[in-house]
Amino acid sequence: MALNQLSVFIENKPSQLLKLADTLRRHNVNMRALSLSETTDFGIARLLVDTPEKALEALKDECYVASLTPVIAVELSDEAGGLYNILQLLADAGINLEYSYAFIMKKKGSACSVIRVDDQERAEQVLGSAGVPLVSAEDIA
Amino acid sequence: MQHGCFRPEIETASRDELTALQNKRLVNTVKHCYENVPYYKRAMNEKGVSPADVHSVEDLWKLPFLSKEDLRLAYPDGMLAVPKRDVVRIHSTSGTTGKRVIAYYTQADLDMWDDCCARALAAAGATPDDVVQICYGFGLFTGGAGINGGSHKLGSMTIPMSSGNTDRQIQFLIDMQATVIACTPSYAAYLAEVVTERGLQNKLHLKSGIFGAEAWSGEMRRDIEEKLGLEAFNIYGLTEMSGPGVAFECGAHCGSHIQEDNFIAEIIDPDTGEVLPDGSEGELVFTTINKQASPLIRYRTHDICTLNREKCACGRTHVRMGKILGRSDDMLIVKGVNVFPSQIEAVLISRGCSSNYEIIVTRENNSDVLDINVEMTPEMFSDKLSSLSAMEKDIVATLKSVLGIYAKVHLVAPTTLSRSEGKAVRVVDKRGLYEKTGRN
Repeated sequence: MALNQLSVFIENKPSQLLKLADTLRRHNVNMRALSLSETTDFGIARLLVDTPEKALEALKDECYVASLTPVIAVELSDEAGGLYNILQLLADAGINLEYSYAFIMKKKGSACSVIRVDDQERAEQVLGSAGVPLVSAEDIA
Repeated sequence: MQHGCFRPEIETASRDELTALQNKRLVNTVKHCYENVPYYKRAMNEKGVSPADVHSVEDLWKLPFLSKEDLRLAYPDGMLAVPKRDVVRIHSTSGTTGKRVIAYYTQADLDMWDDCCARALAAAGATPDDVVQICYGFGLFTGGAGINGGSHKLGSMTIPMSSGNTDRQIQFLIDMQATVIACTPSYAAYLAEVVTERGLQNKLHLKSGIFGAEAWSGEMRRDIEEKLGLEAFNIYGLTEMSGPGVAFECGAHCGSHIQEDNFIAEIIDPDTGEVLPDGSEGELVFTTINKQASPLIRYRTHDICTLNREKCACGRTHVRMGKILGRSDDMLIVKGVNVFPSQIEAVLISRGCSSNYEIIVTRENNSDVLDINVEMTPEMFSDKLSSLSAMEKDIVATLKSVLGIYAKVHLVAPTTLSRSEGKAVRVVDKRGLYEKTGRN
């Protein structure tokens, strides 16, 4: 149950995120989650949005370099060790986590963790068979 | 200040004597090239000229030009004019792998080169009583080896420091009581800065500096002279022609004397190839007339300058070239190293980058800085930051091995570079090294 995350190349300069947000605003794309990682010169904005394909087209039209990346979003139980349990499952399966960020899912009011792993298919299997609730595209649309 | 002449009989020879020598040596060189280098034979045949048509310097215009590209295509030894067993040394320009220009030297070629550099050093006041510290790089680069040979020939105590390691350079300048320093002007300016900051000026014994391999402004010259307490002298040369010492500045400081017993200089219109009269601004073209292994006939330097044949106050009769006013091609000289945008482009393309890039050269604290902005493309993009950083590092490392110098690489967003007619503007040189001329 992979989600299509939007990954966008942006320069590490003033008002670059503003411009990106403006593009999405004008195309009526709604953000669910956002994470920024940066180097000295540039960074990658990673977003979960309600309409990823439409957002990708809009960004390409405005000369952004962007792509869709499959990620997993898991619902976390609201208690100590909520994230720990998920990470333990991945660690036991030898799956490497490349990056992660969290958001609150409005519809359900629960905390979600977005994880990008080196082996998407196995991670879904491992988490699914352990009964971890995964967030679907409909959940955030 | 007037300084010594290492070869007064040649350096102050009358115009008639010089011309007679040039005529004789030119005729020999043309014959040597025609008989021993297939390239020259072909080029001269194509132009319908044979050695029999060349009797004097007056006939020079009949001969075909030679370009750097011709030399590159001849890599590694297509232009070698003597049997390999007669070669005792090679040097090389920096350049894309397989596209370097290799310069070959027989022992006689090295002796000639040493002589040229000895004359340059003597003109800058060096004597056997002096201590010459050479901070030019040694190795394939000609700067270090050339001055080293000249200094030996002159009999000065020579310190072959090579480039870099500023702390050690300063320690030797002080402890060895160096009186003459040879390096690039930008390194001299950097040294001057450091020496001033550390308050070591009164510990130096320098009287002269021989600076070359890159363009420098009058402002920079005064700054170096004042801070290092020396008299600055320009030296000019090209690896293809042997190295530093093709021309050098004398104590009169009005242009650099081209060593006319070894090199014939012409100024041409870079667009038409027509030879221009003395005093005209144009492209400098050289013919070597005293070289065996790698002789050059009408080699186009792409350096724009003027020639002045009036007798110099120093007594030397050899023609003087003025300050380099610019380039007739797109070559950049960065940290004393020749850099062609095409070399950078080749590296970028080989690394899967877009051809929309921008080369920016600036000078920070008298040192050249090379920045390359590369526009991101969907093909280059990865969602992993580590992959993008690795790509940047890989480009930097490849550029370093190809160019020989460090360049900062920045991945930038698409369509952010300035464009003319849809293509990114390739080179922005912000150093203001060349005085404004009528040419672009």
